[in-house]
Amino acid sequence: MTPELGHYALVLALALGVIQSCVPFYGAQRNDPMLMGTAVPTAVAQFVFIGISFAALTACYVNSDFSVVNVFENSHSLKPLIYKISGVWGNHEGSMLLWVLILALFGALVALFGGNLPLTLKAHVLAVQAWIAAAFILFILTTSNPFLRLAPAPAEGRDLNPLLQDPGLAIHPPLLYVGYVGLSISFSFATAALIEGRIDAAWARWVRPWTLLAWIFLTLGISMGSYWAYYTLGWGGWWFWDPVENASFMPWLIATALLHSAVVMEKRNALKIWTILLAILAFSLSLIGTFLVRSGVLTSVHAFATDPTRGVFILALLVLFIGGALALFAWRAPLLKQGGLFAPMSREGALVLNNLFLVTACMTVFVGTLYPLALEALTGERISVGPPFFNATFGPLFLMLLLAVPFGPLLAWKRGDLPGVAQRLMAAAGVALVVMAITFAILRGPVLAPLAIGIAVFVIAGALTDFAERTGLSKGRLTTSFRRAVGLPRSAWGTMLAHLALGVTLIGIVGETQFGTERIAEMKPGQTVSISGYDMHFDGMSTQQGPNYRDQVARFTVRRGNDVIGVMEPSKRTFPARSTTRTEAALMGRGFSQLYVSLGDVSASGTLAVRVYHKPLVLLIWLGTLVMVIGGTLSLSDRRLRVGAPKPARGKPAMQPAE
Amino acid sequence: MTLWFVLALMTAAAIFAVLWPLSRREQALRSGSDVAVYRDQLDEIRRDQTAGLIGESEAAAAQVEVSRRLIAAADAEAAAPQAAPATAITRRRRVVALIALVLLPAGAIVLYLAVGSPTLEGQPLASRTSAERQSIAQMVAQVEAHLAKNPNEGRGWEVVAPIYLRTGRFDDAVKARRHALALNGATAERHAGLGEALTAAANGIVTAEALAEFKSALALDGDHIKARFFLGLAAEQDGRMNEAVATWRALLDSAPPNAPWAQFVRAELMRVGGKASGGASGGPSEGPSEGPSEGQSSGPTEDQVAAASDLPPDQRQAMIKGMVERLAERLGKDGSDIEGWLRLVRSYMVLGERERALVAAGEARRALAAEPDKLRRIDELVKGLGLDG
Repeated sequence: MTPELGHYALVLALALGVIQSCVPFYGAQRNDPMLMGTAVPTAVAQFVFIGISFAALTACYVNSDFSVVNVFENSHSLKPLIYKISGVWGNHEGSMLLWVLILALFGALVALFGGNLPLTLKAHVLAVQAWIAAAFILFILTTSNPFLRLAPAPAEGRDLNPLLQDPGLAIHPPLLYVGYVGLSISFSFATAALIEGRIDAAWARWVRPWTLLAWIFLTLGISMGSYWAYYTLGWGGWWFWDPVENASFMPWLIATALLHSAVVMEKRNALKIWTILLAILAFSLSLIGTFLVRSGVLTSVHAFATDPTRGVFILALLVLFIGGALALFAWRAPLLKQGGLFAPMSREGALVLNNLFLVTACMTVFVGTLYPLALEALTGERISVGPPFFNATFGPLFLMLLLAVPFGPLLAWKRGDLPGVAQRLMAAAGVALVVMAITFAILRGPVLAPLAIGIAVFVIAGALTDFAERTGLSKGRLTTSFRRAVGLPRSAWGTMLAHLALGVTLIGIVGETQFGTERIAEMKPGQTVSISGYDMHFDGMSTQQGPNYRDQVARFTVRRGNDVIGVMEPSKRTFPARSTTRTEAALMGRGFSQLYVSLGDVSASGTLAVRVYHKPLVLLIWLGTLVMVIGGTLSLSDRRLRVGAPKPARGKPAMQPAE
Repeated sequence: MTLWFVLALMTAAAIFAVLWPLSRREQALRSGSDVAVYRDQLDEIRRDQTAGLIGESEAAAAQVEVSRRLIAAADAEAAAPQAAPATAITRRRRVVALIALVLLPAGAIVLYLAVGSPTLEGQPLASRTSAERQSIAQMVAQVEAHLAKNPNEGRGWEVVAPIYLRTGRFDDAVKARRHALALNGATAERHAGLGEALTAAANGIVTAEALAEFKSALALDGDHIKARFFLGLAAEQDGRMNEAVATWRALLDSAPPNAPWAQFVRAELMRVGGKASGGASGGPSEGPSEGPSEGQSSGPTEDQVAAASDLPPDQRQAMIKGMVERLAERLGKDGSDIEGWLRLVRSYMVLGERERALVAAGEARRALAAEPDKLRRIDELVKGLGLDG
């Protein structure tokens, strides 16, 4: 009964979605509060039903109900419980269901906590959200249905792709999806504003917390995906510029731009049209990311040919939503009232510069990702656009952007004093130059490395300068500064941390790419390989049996000088159900640096291929992203944002009748 | 029935979600407004000013700007169109209620019936195992997992071997039988089992290796039924029809009444048919000089040929080729079977593969070099087919 309940709940959610996309919309046109009011309960009910559906599918996975085709194809009764659950979204159908679940969750959140929104705006936003939800539920039911049944039920499932049986990948997709789908709210707000033909500073304040929430999860998701790639793929790489990664990175770049332009709009009522465009683009890129790249439509023309219904449906949906929103934008945007003016040298100007850099950077990624795919689809010619292209285009753009980062927060609104700001940043620049010189003197690396380190230090020092200025640390007494620091709005803390984190991540990137060392050795038990002052002694191999795999574990004793500092046990893991093997790298943290060992094949002569890496400062890459997330969270918790941010819907109305 | 009841409940909840706001009073639907946002911005400027974050003049300028927005927003709110007349509202409310009560359930049910399978029960693993419907594959998987950890447990190998055999995994069956034999000690049953698996792996041909196993089994237990049966089969495949029939007859004679396998042996006897019974009744044996007759001895049996003639030509050709290849393989291992060689050479000629026929004849000569009369028969055939020219 469970799978059928889930199936029917999904059908009901579709029916509710259709009602939610028409009735409140019509109500808003007629200014009928009753009809607009239907948006709230239908949005909540829609979420509840998709929730039931998702829970039913999860129950089928947990109970290994192989009468459900999707479970049979992606699960195995011997799998550990966590991978039975993560198997739900480890495949196309299940991940689509998760996608609409999160979409409905955001709709329900706006419905429940959007009490401060004007009724028409809320009705429009929820209607647009329901258009997206209904379209994608229909897509699931017709072409990617996870509830299709199989009778009689097969005895055993085909197991989940072993690469996906990893704790990192169990939580990474949901985080990433929250990020992707969270951007749908900005999209719905933008579309609603275009439909109403009215947009003002208040709009930006309402949109900002949602964008920030999506941005936080997107950052977490990308960062975790990168760490997963780092330790599972066995090559020690943490970013490959492959289409799947780029697909998540592009919305992140645009969302970052959107966050900044929304600030301008909120404070100064300027950049309105631009902000709307960014909101549309951010979600459009998420859609392209999730559907085009992940569904394999563009990565392989062949896959498209074998299952044309799914591909054509996806393309039609993308054209409908992206094209529709852009057409609406082209039609309505010129009618919107323009806002405040500002001088080029001002906080606004700095944020515009930031936006230009981010959008240009996103465009280079977009071209580098989609051009080869499109070329192959059209002409069949295969070209590869690899890291060199991105390093040559994206790299310089981002370094220039980082140079500009410390200036932004120090500039005043409306008209700023660039020479004055430059003067205030002298100390930061001085520190950066000194560090640059020291790096160059000690490490004698390539010229680019000390330069990038210098920029990173400048960004960090710049963020600290901003902090010192705001708290009066540069001139006042320590106690007053402390009092001021406590009184500082949390969003200011958030800005500072997020900017500082950029520098931290950059240091990690430079350390890993420029100063890392690598050894590849053919080893027999008893031999030792040395790397960057560490000696790794190969003790031997053993076999261990896991629940649904078998591990061949190699044991290394790591010494520094004569001291044993630990044992590393990389392994090769064989999954019989799919007869596949994957390497499990062993990591050992040394401060922010890491030793990394992964295994290759055993040769005919009985030697084991071993890859050993020393990765200096590599952990700073992810530490930086975590600090960014903390910064974002602080910003989100700012009381000023709470005017538009989630707050309890009950009780509040009675308390503020005067408004 | 429970399913339909729950589905009905869910539908009712969905309908309620749409109807609920229609029943509420109008003032219950409070509208938020941007006025609140601007008020808050003004507060914020005041706070920043007291905290000394922005200067006097900056604060004043910002205040003017926000106040301007505040006034515009308040004006817009006042000028907002009033709600429509009550009659229009009532009419719209009825339409929406109708949609919720009729279209929603109807649409959901129609769509669900089109895509769902309401008659199929869920089959979680637990229910399937507890109901003793544990299927073969699952059992095998369990035993395999167990054996992967404890490869020296002979009993496990013994358990899976017959299942492998039944499910067509012949090579695995051979492996399992070998393990069982090696780990659990030699018995007639285990030797015969290995022989059976080997025979199955060789497409039903009793290879020399399999024959050796059956003989070992009989050495341990002269009455072992399976071993005796396969010995008969081996004789039949080698063309010694009389011996085969005699073996099976003896087997039947010693069978207890109602032995479950007796029927099977009788069917086999019937298959080798008239000639066989003639041989068994002590008549003159079919001399080798007659040459191989149609459809007997090694290679395709009469049944197989009959089946082949019903097939479309290309499939028939493929089937025959397959049988010829199996025959060639067997002769490659055990070249003492003159009938087999003769048959192979002729088959190649029938298939139009003159070169291979010649090669096979050459191989036959080498294999039978020690037996002049058999060599002569090969030569006769080669001449008769015009291969020597």
